[in-house]
Amino acid sequence: MSALDLASAVRSGERSAVDVIDEHLARIDARDGEINAFNLVTADAAREAAAAIDAAVASGKDPGPLAGVPIAIKDNMCTTGVATTCSSKILEGWEPPYDATVVQRVVAAGAVMVGKTNLDEFAMGSSTENSAFGPTKNPLDTTRVPGGSSGGSAAAVAADFAPLSLGSDTGGSIRQPAAFCGLVGMKPTYGAVSRSGLIAFGSSLDQIGPFSKTVAESAALLEAIGGHDPLDSTSIDQPAFDLTSVLDRGVEGMRIGILRELSGGEGGVEGLSADVIARTNEAAAALEKAGATVVEVSVPSATLGLSAYYLVAPAEASSNLSRFDGVRYGLRVDASTTGEMMTATRTAGFGPEVKRRIMLGTYALSAGYYDAFYGKALKVRTMMLQEFASVYAEVDLLLTPTAPTTAFPLGDRTADPMTMYVNDVCTIPSNLVGHPAISVPFGVGDDGLPVGVQLLGPALSEPTIYQAAAALEAAAPGEGSLS
Amino acid sequence: MTVHEPSLPEEWELVVGLEVHVELATKTKLFCGCENKFSHIPNTLTCPTCVGLPGSLPVMNEKAVEFAMRLGRALGCDIHPSVMARKNYFYPDMAKDFQTTQYDQPTNADGQLALADGTVVGIERAHIEEDAGKTTHVGGGGRINDATYSLVDYNRAGVPLVEIVSRPDIRTVEHAKAYVSELRDILLAIEVSDAKMEEGSMRVDANVSVRPTGSDELRTRCELKNINSVRSLGRAIEYEARRHVDLYTSGEAPRQETRHWDEEGGRSTAGRSKEDADDYRYFQEPDLVPLAPTAAQIAEIDASMPVLPAARRARLGERSSVADEVIVTVVERGQDGLALGAIEAGADADKVLTRIQNDLAVDDWSAVTSESLAMLIQMETGGELTATQAKQVLGEMAAGEHGGDPKAIAAAHGFEAMESDELETLVDQLIVDHPDEWSRFVGGDDGDSKKMQGFFTGQIMKATQGQADGRAVAQLLGQKSAG
Amino acid sequence: MEWSGAVSLGAMTQRITRDEVVHVARLARLSLSDAEIDEFTGQLGDILEHAADIEALDVGDVEPTSHPLPMVNVLRPDELRPALDRDLLLSQAPDAEDGQFRVPPILGEEP
Repeated sequence: MSALDLASAVRSGERSAVDVIDEHLARIDARDGEINAFNLVTADAAREAAAAIDAAVASGKDPGPLAGVPIAIKDNMCTTGVATTCSSKILEGWEPPYDATVVQRVVAAGAVMVGKTNLDEFAMGSSTENSAFGPTKNPLDTTRVPGGSSGGSAAAVAADFAPLSLGSDTGGSIRQPAAFCGLVGMKPTYGAVSRSGLIAFGSSLDQIGPFSKTVAESAALLEAIGGHDPLDSTSIDQPAFDLTSVLDRGVEGMRIGILRELSGGEGGVEGLSADVIARTNEAAAALEKAGATVVEVSVPSATLGLSAYYLVAPAEASSNLSRFDGVRYGLRVDASTTGEMMTATRTAGFGPEVKRRIMLGTYALSAGYYDAFYGKALKVRTMMLQEFASVYAEVDLLLTPTAPTTAFPLGDRTADPMTMYVNDVCTIPSNLVGHPAISVPFGVGDDGLPVGVQLLGPALSEPTIYQAAAALEAAAPGEGSLS
Repeated sequence: MTVHEPSLPEEWELVVGLEVHVELATKTKLFCGCENKFSHIPNTLTCPTCVGLPGSLPVMNEKAVEFAMRLGRALGCDIHPSVMARKNYFYPDMAKDFQTTQYDQPTNADGQLALADGTVVGIERAHIEEDAGKTTHVGGGGRINDATYSLVDYNRAGVPLVEIVSRPDIRTVEHAKAYVSELRDILLAIEVSDAKMEEGSMRVDANVSVRPTGSDELRTRCELKNINSVRSLGRAIEYEARRHVDLYTSGEAPRQETRHWDEEGGRSTAGRSKEDADDYRYFQEPDLVPLAPTAAQIAEIDASMPVLPAARRARLGERSSVADEVIVTVVERGQDGLALGAIEAGADADKVLTRIQNDLAVDDWSAVTSESLAMLIQMETGGELTATQAKQVLGEMAAGEHGGDPKAIAAAHGFEAMESDELETLVDQLIVDHPDEWSRFVGGDDGDSKKMQGFFTGQIMKATQGQADGRAVAQLLGQKSAG
Repeated sequence: MEWSGAVSLGAMTQRITRDEVVHVARLARLSLSDAEIDEFTGQLGDILEHAADIEALDVGDVEPTSHPLPMVNVLRPDELRPALDRDLLLSQAPDAEDGQFRVPPILGEEP
């Protein structure tokens, strides 16, 4: 049952919210031991919240558009009095004294949090294997990764633990796991969703967005969490999107560009597997058949995205993660001086990937290297913005694969960081320029696992993106066969 | 320990630049709505943002920006579009382990400050930044290096500061002190800070070096910290300059370093050398957006700018012939408006100013108005009151006696100047009673004669209980001795 | 402190030296074992090698973009908001005393 059907059943009194929650908690109980989607299941609080929704319905109050819908929250978003760990030992047991804005908003919409989901430590990774609390497995094939870093949130929806979840996307951390788990995953325009209460990784790249099985559910959740927030200086001052009303408008007359550099074209990024490229081309054909005009376009600097990202994101992360020093919260490893205590705490508290990125970012910002690396990367962002702007003068949206391959086996890419990083090659450009992008399932690969294709648009083009995503979803082969 | 001479040998010249941190008198902190005030109860003026809790974000206080720009304009700076940056370093009082400050794009640049004697000191920049928390060292006599542990209070963390960086234009200790006094007067005049050095709302660091007189080189400088008063600033600079000269004359050279001024010991001591070698890895703060003040905003600030101390001094200087120090004092105390009003109401300018300087050195003089002061001075110049009586009446005016009305106060004391024949009778009697003293007054050398004039004046004042007019007495004694 | 990375920058063979890795770890308050230093020297070298495409770019007159949004002047009114409950704040502290966060002795001066 979709989130929207559940909400309307609860709103009408046809189903009790407590009943809905119990049903989902039972599924979590039965299978999360194997999947490890959750760092924490908040069963009691969820039942309490559901009972309150039922009471609201009974007393004739509006319980909100997502009334009684179970939702899983990535464990890098603050929840009052509920442990928020970023899947890191350094924050184990930390209970924030405040809620992230998105958490307040989903609760205000009537959704019920069922737990905090696993992630790559501090959202650094593409497989959810970098968690201090063990990897999450892909519910579609438990020998495979769910993608990352929001692997727990993706797995929770794919395993029907909750119809909706929230992830965060710094370089593809919503879209790539959505692709791997056969879900719809959306990274909104930078500034469209408040970051207040999201534990920062790369502040100029991070954005929270929804996971769901369908485009319509995704649109409904983004409507609920979007809109201006005075607590976030980078929040765009405009009302929340109206997305659900545009879903049935189709793509007739829309111009869609296949982005050559990220879709297996000549001179583009390497390493895209043939089945993924084939599904992307089929998606293009399907959009054309639905009335869109499809052309091939070029954004040459898109090939530089990976390099720019792996300088900008670690640089910001190295500074964002300085505060984990053992003084105010979280882990402390005692030592005889404060300086030694800080070093001992950070050394024991951070996992290897986090340390690697802190090291890389510290280096990129340090005296003598700033101009060669970080400074150059910022100029690449400018080039990309300019090139995307001229492409969007020609087309409404762009189409690319979401990830180079389908979900890979657990342990397959952990030895060499670069082989893991290239997973983000198609998703990174949208983060660097702050544009919205959605991953929609479109068929399966040679291994029978889902393939995701990605629609990219200019800043604040969410309505257009959802419109096209709905058309793509309708045209997707074998819809529903995987879930 | 070497005892240093108070001034430099003339072949050496002092080169000083000052860095002054000023706490802005906003209601709330720079990036959050916590109260900006001093509190003895630690960690009660805090929130997720100023304690650097994970997920918290800064939002800039518009009043702090306005105050900073107002200060910039008062110092003749150009206001530029500016950005905040992160200065990365680990220290327990810095809640995020980076300081949010301005680096290569400060709000205010290229100003100047004119001292009372006309000397102009260049201002390089006046930038916005946040204050740190406070550490208290426990055990070992409270000294940082002997403490057994330390305590951290974040009440002050995030308080808005402007750091005013002068050019190394200061050549004498007097000018350094005058710079700080002038700056304080400006801060008070434009009402952006209470500028109290003793309470830490104004903190002065001095960059000190010396060079052979006549050269224009800039030699190695040392940054002196922990200077708590204008007096200690003078001592610290003198000490440090002598130390440099001693090093150079003995064939050595100072090291560029930060040194702590030890007021009790009267010397500066080297801080521990920093392992991080000032590699602060500055980069633009991604959680804040740039400041881009419009021409209209700047014009508004200029239009609301009060008359600054330099102009206020000039205004009094044009109307009087008293010594500069009198005017400096009156303006410093903020009594120039009172003086100007009294002068414009017709009172003698020099008398008004000297009377204020001598007899109105009180904290609260709000009961004295320009009109009542003018009346008092006119009573004095008109002979209705003697100088001594006028002083007493002014004191009671300030205390608010009799509604601050000088006539009522004088009447209550029965003050009225003695008629001159009454006075003459008294003088004649005194000459008869003290013939020896009289002949010494008439015939003695200058010194002795002066002494005897004092004797007779004193006797007359004693006899009249201070009601005689000093000038009339002097005149009378002169006439008698000549006649 | 000497660290000679600047001269090796252009060299393809070694993007980052062992000494630089040690220096960066110290800046980042991380303590690395010898094996980790070796591992990071290799891995960071690989990543920087990949970034050679950017390093080689001639982007002289391109303005840097720190931020994807063209927003300016986001300010809040100077209005009080309630403070956090101190007991709640300190309940998360690894060590606290007298309403303050307690830390081991702080050696060295404030930066």
